[in-house]
Amino acid sequence: MRLLTHNMLSSNIKGVTKGFPLKIEVEKVVEKQVEINHDFLRNIFPKIDWKAFSDAARTMGYVELPEQAPDPSVLESDLDFLTKFHHALLELHLEEGALVCPETGRKFPVNKGIPNMLLHEDEV
Amino acid sequence: MSSRPELQAPPEIFYDDVEARKYTSSSRIAEIQTKLSERALELLALPDDGVPRLLLDIGCGSGLSGETITENGHQWIGFDISESMLNVALQNEVEGDLLLGDMGQGLGLRPGVIDGAISISAVQWLCNADKSSHEPRLRLKAFFGSLYRCLARGARAVLQVYPENLAQRELILSYAMRSGFAGGVVVDYPHSTKKRKEYLVLTCGPPSLSSVVPSGKGEDGESCSDDESSGDEENQTVCISDRHRPQKKQKVNKKGKGREWVLRKKDQMRRKGNVVPPDTKYTARKRKARF
Repeated sequence: MRLLTHNMLSSNIKGVTKGFPLKIEVEKVVEKQVEINHDFLRNIFPKIDWKAFSDAARTMGYVELPEQAPDPSVLESDLDFLTKFHHALLELHLEEGALVCPETGRKFPVNKGIPNMLLHEDEV
Repeated sequence: MSSRPELQAPPEIFYDDVEARKYTSSSRIAEIQTKLSERALELLALPDDGVPRLLLDIGCGSGLSGETITENGHQWIGFDISESMLNVALQNEVEGDLLLGDMGQGLGLRPGVIDGAISISAVQWLCNADKSSHEPRLRLKAFFGSLYRCLARGARAVLQVYPENLAQRELILSYAMRSGFAGGVVVDYPHSTKKRKEYLVLTCGPPSLSSVVPSGKGEDGESCSDDESSGDEENQTVCISDRHRPQKKQKVNKKGKGREWVLRKKDQMRRKGNVVPPDTKYTARKRKARF
């Protein structure tokens, strides 16, 4: 699972009002090279919750991202930033570990890169 | 036994390792799935500016539809309830992210972040109650509600479905409308029993120009889209898709297959490059009774 997906996911348990962001418990991270696409990065940037994103990247062991959301203008010019953004967003994969609901502490295990988001009957 | 997989077992059980392997080994299944996903992407009508979007693939299975999305240059997140199917997708090294989830429990995504959604042959599963806790209406409501929330304003969702009957189609569509979607059903090849395919084309947001339902593909070129109000009898008669039909029994005729059939088969084998004995006057001749 990439951080792109992590940034979109929220806990779906019944009664949880603030299920975002899910905390990450890391067991194994893998990196996979992907071709960079600047248009996609510019398109997705306004939708990213930066706080959750940079925190998640730090948990995964990547500390190069600024803590505060940068001004959207850097997307136009700063190639260095775009490369870092791209790396954290699309190339870091959480292979093994868990996602933890911030409100209830329920763990969603991640195996072979696939988070198991199935809920128990009493959580629907 | 019925040929509808929906009537045989719940999806997470029906799509086991054996069934999942068919999706890599059967070129026929792959071809149909790819065609359906190409058509769904076409109906999604994303702006043609070359910018990759973030799409959702609901019921992504082995990732055949996801590969079509990748080929079109978009990023995607795939949901499926069957672990076996997702394992096949992992083996195929699909580009998108995979999530093990039940769409009937809601999608669990942040609001307004997804640029479009497709789903191939999945949503009709929601009409089944496979567990005592399942209530199809609540599950449809949870699914469409969460889908509506996670889509960006003006985004589209194209869901290819195999409703079992008119009532199921109405049920699915009515819950989509209740969640706030605008749109309707596009039927491709409505007069063909085999090629007939139904797509729910839904637009997030109030009815506008962009929510006009495109017309379906049909041989005679007439507009084939129909909205939720269409409950006419004509629909009932053509609603039988090939999945309802009992499988063809092999025709065995008393006289046997005949010389013509044998010659045709031998010709076929020759074209494949197999070693085939030459055609003579003895070919496919009947044996004497005393033999």
